[in-house]
Amino acid sequence: MLSKRIIPCLDVRDGKLTKGIKFKGNIDIGDPVEAAREYYEQGADEIVFYDITASSDARNIMLDVVRRVAETIFIPFSVGGGIRSVEDMRAVILAGAEKISIHSEAVKIPALIEAGAKAFGNQCVVLGMDVKKVAIRPEIPSGYEIVIHGGRIYTGRDALQWAQEGESRGAGEICLNSIDADGTQGGYEIELTQLVSSQVKIPVIASGGAGKAEHLRDVLTEGRADAALIASIVHYRTHTIQDLKTYLHGNGVKVRMQW
Amino acid sequence: MIGIIDYKAGNLTSVARALHYLGEPCEVTDDPELLDSFDRIIFPGVGAAGEAMINLRSRELDRRLRKWVAVGKPTLGICLGTQVIFERSEENDTTCLGIVPGSVQRFPGNLKDRDGRFLKIPHMGWNRVDFPRVHPVFAGLPTDAEFYFVHSYYPAPADERWVIGWSDYGLRFCAAIAHENLVAVQFHPEKSGGPGLQILANFCRWEGNDAQ
Repeated sequence: MLSKRIIPCLDVRDGKLTKGIKFKGNIDIGDPVEAAREYYEQGADEIVFYDITASSDARNIMLDVVRRVAETIFIPFSVGGGIRSVEDMRAVILAGAEKISIHSEAVKIPALIEAGAKAFGNQCVVLGMDVKKVAIRPEIPSGYEIVIHGGRIYTGRDALQWAQEGESRGAGEICLNSIDADGTQGGYEIELTQLVSSQVKIPVIASGGAGKAEHLRDVLTEGRADAALIASIVHYRTHTIQDLKTYLHGNGVKVRMQW
Repeated sequence: MIGIIDYKAGNLTSVARALHYLGEPCEVTDDPELLDSFDRIIFPGVGAAGEAMINLRSRELDRRLRKWVAVGKPTLGICLGTQVIFERSEENDTTCLGIVPGSVQRFPGNLKDRDGRFLKIPHMGWNRVDFPRVHPVFAGLPTDAEFYFVHSYYPAPADERWVIGWSDYGLRFCAAIAHENLVAVQFHPEKSGGPGLQILANFCRWEGNDAQ
């Protein structure tokens, strides 16, 4: 059977990590390629890069990062942020990424999902969703709404319906980020994850809220997530990926223990 | 020199990058005339079987590949490259290369896990592979090694003695085959961390011959 995947997420701006990551000897690492190498060696099953570079002139810097990562680690990785066309996707895939993820871009141009799936295969297209809990109303029957621009703009789209629409448009995977839980380190939004995961046939990566190993266990069992995205919990060296996997393995969650 | 066969089936540079990392010289080519200049070849690919066969035929790579394997030079198939080695694929009901007797079948849509939940297709992610017999290309792997898969179809060789690696996804399926100087894997060794690199490094040193 498939193992549950543990996926560190790295935010990149102008080719550097947005926040320095503490590594061995408390050395701050700003180079995303070195951070990727560290997590690869710790047993990451996949790595997600999120490019928050504002200027489109700087996109070549990210492509250079992608090429260097592809020469350094031999596990799958995805790149998201600022991907607005099939040509943007092609550039990232040719530079060596397995998958591209589209977030607000997909909300603005849903046909981008089909176009990417047709050009590169469904498995290459990850639909990233930022979600906030809201009051249930006719257009938001699940009580979870899709937001964009870091949660500043409510789109009027229901999260569950958007996940199902994304699947039918050809997304191969969903990365489900709870804006409410993100950054709190208080645990994943289990209810949301379970709701979406039980209603789509494609894998769901839970994101937002990981602060303890138990949080990963809960979202991968009760939450029915196929994978767990992690950030601060490993960036600040509270845990290594190996620690987290050892805990999960000891608690009956199937994870990859040899790398 | 190792030849990586390019037949416009996905991005093949990841295999080349893994070989560079291992210090193994290689060349990606779609030129059938170059095949004879290589010591061994890797036949990778992602995508659909139907289109792959059209591309192979249009470059006359189908005929050259059959000849290459018949001569007995070491060959490694990966993912779609492994599937088109068989006689037929259920994907677009495609006639394939016919190098290995057997067919390629789609995972049934009703497979369930132990908790009774439907399994998602494609089979995507890390899964264990058991290697019941010894073979030089699959030597030195940790017992619980897992490999990265992305596929909806799996190979079913006519003779199970050709299967050298079994995996499980609601049903037991063939994840690796070995016969004479041909080895082929359904997973992606170039994306499977240390154990995957080990397989590639073993293949680069393998002079052929099955270790039966």
